[in-house]
Amino acid sequence: MTLQQAKFQYLLRLGDSSLIIGHRLSEWCGSGPILEEDIALINIALDFVGNATAFLGYAATVEGNGRTEDDLAYLRNEREFRNLLITEQPNGDYASTITRQFLYDVYTYYLYDALKSSKDETIAALATKSHKEITYHLRHTTEWMYRLGDGTAESHERMQNAMNDLWMFTGEMFDMDEVDQTLIKEGVAPDLNKIKEQWEAHVKPVIAEATLQIPSYNFKQKGSREGKHSEHLGFLLAEMQSVHRAFPDAKW
Amino acid sequence: MNFIGIMEDEKKLAAFEAKIASGQKIEPKDWMPEAYRKQLIRMMSQHAHSEIVGMLPEGNWITRAPNLRRKAILLAKVQDEAGHGLYLYSATETLGIDRTELLDQLHTGKAKYSSIFNYPTLTWADIGAIGWLVDGAAIMNQTALARGSYGPYSRAMVRICKEESFHNRQGYEIMMHLAQGTPEQKAMAQDALNRWWWPSIMMLGPSDDQSPNSDQLMRWKVKMESNDAIRQRFIDRTVPQADFIGLSIPDKDLKFNEQTGHYEHGPINWEEFFEVIKGNGPCNAKRLKARNDADKKGRWVRDAAMAYAEKKKAKAA
Ligand SMILES: [Fe+2]
Ligand SMILES: [Fe+2]
Ligand SMILES: [Fe+2]
Repeated sequence: MTLQQAKFQYLLRLGDSSLIIGHRLSEWCGSGPILEEDIALINIALDFVGNATAFLGYAATVEGNGRTEDDLAYLRNEREFRNLLITEQPNGDYASTITRQFLYDVYTYYLYDALKSSKDETIAALATKSHKEITYHLRHTTEWMYRLGDGTAESHERMQNAMNDLWMFTGEMFDMDEVDQTLIKEGVAPDLNKIKEQWEAHVKPVIAEATLQIPSYNFKQKGSREGKHSEHLGFLLAEMQSVHRAFPDAKW
Repeated sequence: MNFIGIMEDEKKLAAFEAKIASGQKIEPKDWMPEAYRKQLIRMMSQHAHSEIVGMLPEGNWITRAPNLRRKAILLAKVQDEAGHGLYLYSATETLGIDRTELLDQLHTGKAKYSSIFNYPTLTWADIGAIGWLVDGAAIMNQTALARGSYGPYSRAMVRICKEESFHNRQGYEIMMHLAQGTPEQKAMAQDALNRWWWPSIMMLGPSDDQSPNSDQLMRWKVKMESNDAIRQRFIDRTVPQADFIGLSIPDKDLKFNEQTGHYEHGPINWEEFFEVIKGNGPCNAKRLKARNDADKKGRWVRDAAMAYAEKKKAKAA
């Protein structure tokens, strides 16, 4: 695997995860639990779309085949997407959305922090910008972890259910393959074992303070590195890409 | 109220009116007639409700926006609208009513919101049409309201109008791209204009002969201009914009009057307008249900946030 191939794959992982979780958050538009949360969710979705645009744009540049960020977002099929499985999980109730966001935000908080010192200057610059946004997202989701985990009996139960459902998607966040090995060697990407340690050290005390339990099962889902997704992704893409694909020659 | 009480109020009213006539703003702590307060609560909360109900037809297309740039712009616009809603609810609260009560009025159908949001967004071009026409019409109305007498409302309008101009431009830009695009795109743009033109004309309110402006509201600078005057400004500004991008306004009677320098439009179907206001528009039921569902679905979240805040307070004590 060449450095260029590895970079392209890696950039798709970053860009796709942002694109898909941003899409999920934007599905909340107008139906948030309180107006302030509607604003926060749209704002966070907007950050993710911006982040996806930047990383997919850079992916297209690295690929060098004349594709654009829009080609990558709108003209690839399910099996070509590299977003993490957790990002495509349906919104469910607010407990699911918050739990999904928290587990993912902590991951990107440490991942992007490491990417700030990537030997690839473009990645380093994009990561620096994104990390500021992620810091704000994480503060927001952490506050809601406490509120909902340690709020009422009902909210606690919903949060525990969400944690039980979503925990299985956290394992693959730290899976490494040839792409990672190639980039680690060149100082472009971090070793995910280290990110995993940081992630665990961060999520455990928050989950405990939110009076929640980490599920006892050890089973973990995986597959996004090879584009093996859950059944949800196909519907999400069908919706997201519908207008773009219906008018193949159009500019917008 | 006794005689002395009445005399007192008359004195206050005279001072209140003199203050407005001199161009000063009325602030929340100032004395104001009950009719003034009531009318402002009605107008401002209707405006706030319109901002948040308006998120629904536009939110409908965020997930399907045709490219990443358009998606980001639409998200930013809808975020602005939510922000306007929040800002206007806070401004309304200065009149002594809280947001929960205002939202109850919306959810029970007691309070109104702009008739325009009871029309469906059927294609991507509708997002262009809304920005161009609906935000365009709203700007006409709001620049007038920015000169109104109630301080918090007038300041809110100044701030909001700046963002509405961006909304208006992005909408027109969408339409321009479509009109200059493929034949299908151009047809989509024309279709959207056909469907949104009359509702946009009507959203500025009944014509003056059907809604005589109370001198009092004009004198109190609650209302600044008549509906027909605002409508005329909107039409005069928008028709050349349609011409410029090669779209045609769906009004066969529309013509420019050289003498007056204004466009004259054909008859407006007020029957349709009043039906929509009564609740019989294509999306009234859907919009109201969406708001109610969100409210119900969010209750346990708000309860939990409250319970957590109480626990924290108890711990700190
Ligand atoms: Fe904004
Ligand atoms: Fe607005
Ligand atoms: Fe607007």
